Amino acid sequence: MFPTPIEKTSGKTQVAYKIALPIALLIWLLPLLAVALTSIRSAGDITAGNYWGWPTSFNFLENYTAIFENTPIGKYILNSFRVTIPTVIGAVALSCMTGFALAVYKFKANLIIFFMFVAGNFVPFQILMVPVRDLTLSLGLYNTVWGLALFHIAFQTGFCTLFMRNFIKAMPYELIEAARVEGVSEVRIFWYVVLPLMKPAIAALSVLVFTFIWNDYFWATVLTQGSDTQPITAGLNSLNGQWVAAWHLVSAGSIVAALPPVLMFFLMQKHFISGLTLGAVK
Amino acid sequence: MSTYWKKNQQKLAPWLFLAPGIFMFAVYVIIPIFQSVNISFYAWDGLGEAKYVGMRNYVEMIDDEAFFTSLKNNVIWLLLYMLAIPAGLFVALFLNQTVRGIRIYKSLFFFPFVISQVVVGLVFTWFYDPSFGILNILLMSIGFEPIAVLADEDFATYGIIAAGLWPQTAYCMILYLTGLNAVDPEQIEAARLDNAKGFKMLWYVILPQLKPATFIALVVTIIGALRSFDLISIMTAGGPWGSTRVLAFYMYEQAFSEYGFRMGYGAAIAVVLFAIMMVYIAGFLYKMYRDEKGS
Repeated sequence: MFPTPIEKTSGKTQVAYKIALPIALLIWLLPLLAVALTSIRSAGDITAGNYWGWPTSFNFLENYTAIFENTPIGKYILNSFRVTIPTVIGAVALSCMTGFALAVYKFKANLIIFFMFVAGNFVPFQILMVPVRDLTLSLGLYNTVWGLALFHIAFQTGFCTLFMRNFIKAMPYELIEAARVEGVSEVRIFWYVVLPLMKPAIAALSVLVFTFIWNDYFWATVLTQGSDTQPITAGLNSLNGQWVAAWHLVSAGSIVAALPPVLMFFLMQKHFISGLTLGAVK
Repeated sequence: MSTYWKKNQQKLAPWLFLAPGIFMFAVYVIIPIFQSVNISFYAWDGLGEAKYVGMRNYVEMIDDEAFFTSLKNNVIWLLLYMLAIPAGLFVALFLNQTVRGIRIYKSLFFFPFVISQVVVGLVFTWFYDPSFGILNILLMSIGFEPIAVLADEDFATYGIIAAGLWPQTAYCMILYLTGLNAVDPEQIEAARLDNAKGFKMLWYVILPQLKPATFIALVVTIIGALRSFDLISIMTAGGPWGSTRVLAFYMYEQAFSEYGFRMGYGAAIAVVLFAIMMVYIAGFLYKMYRDEKGS
């Protein structure tokens, strides 16, 4: 192991390390901790400029009820789910199939199609912006959660295909050959042989896509407007404009917006990390 | 029909599986790229008739100071974002231990990457606030004048990049932590017997084995730097006086905002950004191609 395991060092170093660890974490997360603390401050604290000291009173319930009662933040959150969940299902379903096709079959255009997905996944959003907005308008889906979700499904398919294809490629090919010898049809091989083995990949992609889409801001501003369709990221920005200097509310809103992906990450940590490394680092 | 299917199913099946994915990807990603290139040769407000203007949008760029400011900022982003890679390695080395509770520490250090850039932007705006932000409280406590980071042309871009480096460092850290797990312990022991330690060990023994992690870190950092949009939009909206614009943001402004719906000029800017990114994408594909042929 590198660096030298701390157990093998002198007692002094060990103590120093154990002290340094929480301090480093505290500094690293300082901005977030301040936000969490501010989200429970009273309005009085904010006007008095008490941003970094201990709160004079804890207004957890007041502040969090206030943002849900006085702003459409509940709607924004709901919209986020309405965009994110179909996207996760759609992109994972499409890429299970494309990944399977590109990993299992040898045909001439294979590598070209694969590279098309990979390259498309890396392009700047701005080159797609004007045509995608036009397309969404002409489909009558502008300012709907479905218009946003459809685009996300298509775009995420690029990344998901890269991941799925590499994942299936690493499976033992003999499994598929054995099934073919038995006379199992290709569709059944996909459904009964390969798909059950893809569970870890499906889990990894689901959490990753969930986080990516939940945190998307750019497309939310391009394809939606107003609290009936906008997801939380865009909603938070417009609330920020309304809540001038009401930092305790901005903070509470930020915490609410950050919560779902954070929970997702903690529940599915292992899968999340295997997805992030693009399956390339093991 | 069914005998035809049985005979040829190995040839037909891949296309059956690919069809929905290719269709969606073509409609929403591949075709729009060509449409954007096409629009860049027109003057168009998004509603009325588009007028063909040839290369005029591109010629206009050459004299557009805002375009060059954005381009320059993109270069600054690209260069400074690279700091996330050594910083991520440093944090990963710090955390690569087996003391009690270390797993929780690792996940908490990764936190900034999981939350939205909108939240990161709000948090840092607040951090930099000239009257009560902690940065200025610290500066004043050691006897400096407070700086309004985001309102100052000279500092604003750097302030935003610092905010962006926070989650990006977390990302690189997790890549290196995963990579460090796979480092061959026998090689380390052998190197230790040869008296290699500290930085030498890192440079000659560890880093070569972390190559795959470094490569992915490089790719995601470059793409992240060139995609920067959210933080700028949240923290400064391009200001003060356009000094924090990057191409991605300037394009959006030209095409959609109150500055006028200049779709053609916006598309031309996007094409330039796309061309820059294509260099990296081509490099990535080339490496993938070599790996494919190798295996």
